[in-house]
Amino acid sequence: MEALGHFNYWMVVLLMMIGLYVVIASGNLIKKIVGLNLFQTSVFILYISMGKRAGGTAPILVEGVVNYSNPLPHVLILTAIVVGVATTAVGLALAVRIYSAYGSIEEADIAEQDQSNSD
Amino acid sequence: MTAGAIMQLALFTPLAGAVAIAVCGRRPNLRETATLVTAVLLFGLVAALVLREELTREPVVLVETLPGLSLALAAEPLGLLFALVASGLWILTSVYSIGYMRGNNESNQTRFYVCFAVSIAATMGVAFAANMFTLFVFYEALTLATYPLVTHKGNEEARQGGRTYLGLLLSTSIGFLLVALIWTWSAAGTLDFTAGGILRGKIDDSLLPWLLALYFFGIGKAALMPFHRWLPAAMVAPTPVSALLHAVAVVKAGVFTILKVTIYIFGIDLLRETDATSAMMWIAAFSLLAASLIALRKNNLKARLAYSTVSQLAYVTLGATLATAMGVMGGALQIAMHAMGKITLFFCAGAIYVATHKTEINDMDGLGRTMPFTYAAFFIAALSIIGLPPLGGSWSKWYLMLGAADAGQQVMIAVLMVSSLLNIAYLIPIPVRGFFFAGSGEPASPGVREAPLACVVPLCLTAAGSVLLFFYADPIYQLLLPITGQ
Amino acid sequence: MISEHLPVLQVVVPLLAGPVCLLLRRPSANWALAASVSWITLAIAVALLVEVRRAGPIIYQLGGWAAPWGIEYRIDHVNAFVLLIVSGVSAVVLLFARASVQREINNRRINIFYTGWLLCLTGLLGMTATGDAFNVFVFLEISSLATYLLISLHPDRRALSAAFHYLVLGTIGATFILIGIALLYMMTGTLNIVDLAAHLPPVAQTRTVAVAFSFLVIGIGIKAAAFPLHMWLPNAYAYAPSAVTALLAGTATKVAVYLLLRFLFSLFGPGLSFEQYLLDKILLPLAAVGIISMSVAAIYQTTAKKLLAYSSVAQIGYMLLGISLASVTGLTATVLHLFNHALIKSALFMAMGCVVYRIGTTQLASMAGLARCMPWTMAAFVAGGLSLIGVPLTVGFISKWYLILAALERGWMWLAALVVITSLLAVAYVWRVVEVAYFRHRESCAEVAEAPLSLLVPTWLMIAANYYFGVDASLTTGVAGRAAELLFGAAP
Repeated sequence: MEALGHFNYWMVVLLMMIGLYVVIASGNLIKKIVGLNLFQTSVFILYISMGKRAGGTAPILVEGVVNYSNPLPHVLILTAIVVGVATTAVGLALAVRIYSAYGSIEEADIAEQDQSNSD
Repeated sequence: MTAGAIMQLALFTPLAGAVAIAVCGRRPNLRETATLVTAVLLFGLVAALVLREELTREPVVLVETLPGLSLALAAEPLGLLFALVASGLWILTSVYSIGYMRGNNESNQTRFYVCFAVSIAATMGVAFAANMFTLFVFYEALTLATYPLVTHKGNEEARQGGRTYLGLLLSTSIGFLLVALIWTWSAAGTLDFTAGGILRGKIDDSLLPWLLALYFFGIGKAALMPFHRWLPAAMVAPTPVSALLHAVAVVKAGVFTILKVTIYIFGIDLLRETDATSAMMWIAAFSLLAASLIALRKNNLKARLAYSTVSQLAYVTLGATLATAMGVMGGALQIAMHAMGKITLFFCAGAIYVATHKTEINDMDGLGRTMPFTYAAFFIAALSIIGLPPLGGSWSKWYLMLGAADAGQQVMIAVLMVSSLLNIAYLIPIPVRGFFFAGSGEPASPGVREAPLACVVPLCLTAAGSVLLFFYADPIYQLLLPITGQ
Repeated sequence: MISEHLPVLQVVVPLLAGPVCLLLRRPSANWALAASVSWITLAIAVALLVEVRRAGPIIYQLGGWAAPWGIEYRIDHVNAFVLLIVSGVSAVVLLFARASVQREINNRRINIFYTGWLLCLTGLLGMTATGDAFNVFVFLEISSLATYLLISLHPDRRALSAAFHYLVLGTIGATFILIGIALLYMMTGTLNIVDLAAHLPPVAQTRTVAVAFSFLVIGIGIKAAAFPLHMWLPNAYAYAPSAVTALLAGTATKVAVYLLLRFLFSLFGPGLSFEQYLLDKILLPLAAVGIISMSVAAIYQTTAKKLLAYSSVAQIGYMLLGISLASVTGLTATVLHLFNHALIKSALFMAMGCVVYRIGTTQLASMAGLARCMPWTMAAFVAGGLSLIGVPLTVGFISKWYLILAALERGWMWLAALVVITSLLAVAYVWRVVEVAYFRHRESCAEVAEAPLSLLVPTWLMIAANYYFGVDASLTTGVAGRAAELLFGAAP
């Protein structure tokens, strides 16, 4: 029962592992970025869910409400989301450049090409 | 002028000389003049320092690197003797190398003279170091400054030799000496050379032999076996380099450091009381005999002299490990006596090479008749190395024997005697073959005669010096007396 | 008036200059702006260090909001010193960058390059100056994103994949840090590092804090390229533009090590980090193995830049070794090596930049006999190499001295031996380059001239710093010693 009580964290862990797995196991650069996104999203959820209190409302002074959610993690994660978007953008831009330079976005292909005409 | 100022000048003069040499690189005559002027100036400075009545013991701090750890200079008897020997012989070597380098038409002569001057500056730094840290700095500087000299020829053999040279010297100094240094520092809180040592009561007696071993093996320049390989490897250098650096400056910097460590870091009393030196003493004795035996089998003249040096250096180490006043005195005298003798031998080897381009001993039969001065000098110097009166070398052997007797080490007396016999066996055949064997094949080929005057004069002077040192050993003895603590 | 705002100006000046730089269209104007801003930040860093040494830590509240609600910048001996390193390296390398960048980077992208540089600088300085854990993450990502950009600007296509790999690993590292911060916030309800340290003891025994600790250490470890999390570094360093390599080698990993110090000591405190989580027991073998294996790997490289990159990973091992000794002397060695290694590596990479400028590569085979054509450049390499080895009178020696002293203090003779043996490995890899450049034969120097003065002067400036701080180490050891005491004394 207690384990289920933390089910939001279980979801976070699950998402995180899926994300990490994709990053590691996939040889496709775009898929790696997708995995990275999943991984980051899991952390966003970690932040958002920990600020939430059961039955709490937005922290605005309203008559008769004493149960507030903590707004700080939500605000923080806004920044982290922006960072995540920026990272994705840079990653995708790099992938585009890599595609035009190598003609492929498969890691193995790229490594092979580097090997063949390297030093 | 204060003693401190003179020491700084002594350090600075060769460096300034190096700059002057580099500037005059295009004009050989001017360049050589710069070398000679610097050499004479330096000797003058050191002589002035020696002749001063009172020695200021107060060290001159050049710069403080870490709190309590500074580059500092101080004049003390052993250092003065070493500086005097090195700077005096530099003058002769300069004259000689001018003859040698020109006679052989060597390339990159400017680089050669510059590095030579820098090496001498480093040697002065070693001689006047007031603490172990300063000594270490200049010790390393000496290694680096001499590396281009060893690899001077630039061929594969020279590179190989240079690699061994640098590899062994750097690895021993960083691998052992530096650790010993930091160990001492962390135990005693100081690295200053202090009469009577700094380690008494600071470090457990059972650890002393280990620290001593770190020091002795760490001072790779002392060529204690099994870290002696660099010395024969360095013989690929032009002969003047071998003569000054590998008979005087570099190797003597090594044994000089060993003496300094023994006297001023450990203190001979402490070593004698704790009997920490016995292991090192046996290694020194082994080194002494084994190197002689190897020398016996070498046919290349410079290689034979190199192993002879390894053996002779072990005398100094042995003297230090005897941990008696007379032993230390013998070791210190050996620095001067062996320097004078061995530089003569190397000069002769170089003179033979310049005149005939021969390097192997069995090719040299009968050369004594065409090169009488060179061979006579060789003979005299060989006798000095062996330790026969009336030559300087006999004094150092004498005091070493006394030291061994004081320490109650009869075996060491025997080792010294056997070694003298071995010295005879590997040195004397060379002049004998030169004078009495018939020349092989080409009898007195018309081209062969004495080497250029610039080569012959210095070697005659140093041979004469070996004789003089016998008769005038007393001033040196008096100079050194304070280090024995008596 | 201005002087009280120095802590924030340190970060804001390059941040504002970044976008401005993007608008300027003339390469020389881009460079002039970046360089002048960088020198201004250096001046600020010096002023801050002087002030900290005079009057103790400076606390600056952003927007006047008091901590723990507002973000606070907190400058003490430790980060004042790191600020000096970062801004100093950037200032000198920028002098070098002008000619080097002009040669290596497409002219149309130069404004982007310098914008990236300024943002990277902003991130590094911000990470160092801030006293707020979440702020650390934000600045970390600013600097990381800028770094990916800078690396990818090199025309060699391998730079692209190097940047991509760095992006993936860097993002994972940063996200780990984010997770660590989240868990800490969960337990304490605060983000201010000092406040965190105060609130941590009651919950220190919980598993959440232990997990936070692990995430933080590993995340920072990735950014610091601590062995075995160093995979991104060799390629990133080898294929980045020369000036960028010199900057990164001197700053990025150093700031990450600083963060590690900050979190281990100021936040968790040595008691928790070492006695409970036993980090030193884990760090010590990893650092030792890292130093040895990476030094050996360096020996077998065929490209000088990669060789130096592997050496960097090994050198970071020395810093971790200092941490794992868990003593004031060990920590002093770490902080000192932070500074000293920044000087060493940026000097060496600048020398390599000179080589690239003339021959377009640092492959050892192409560098044969180069010393004859580029005597000053290769002399700089030798001088820097000696410092890397740790020859006396160089900064490298000072670091080794303290590290060995710290090892002996603990009575670990074998560790002292390890340090000296790995120094000998350094001799081996430095000498590999030296031998190639000095003793291999080169046909002619017709096409290769000495690097221009605009490259040589900054390189030698850095070399001079190597020797200056090696001869007179009283300033650096003084600050580092004080910093180490502070870090240790800050235990809760």
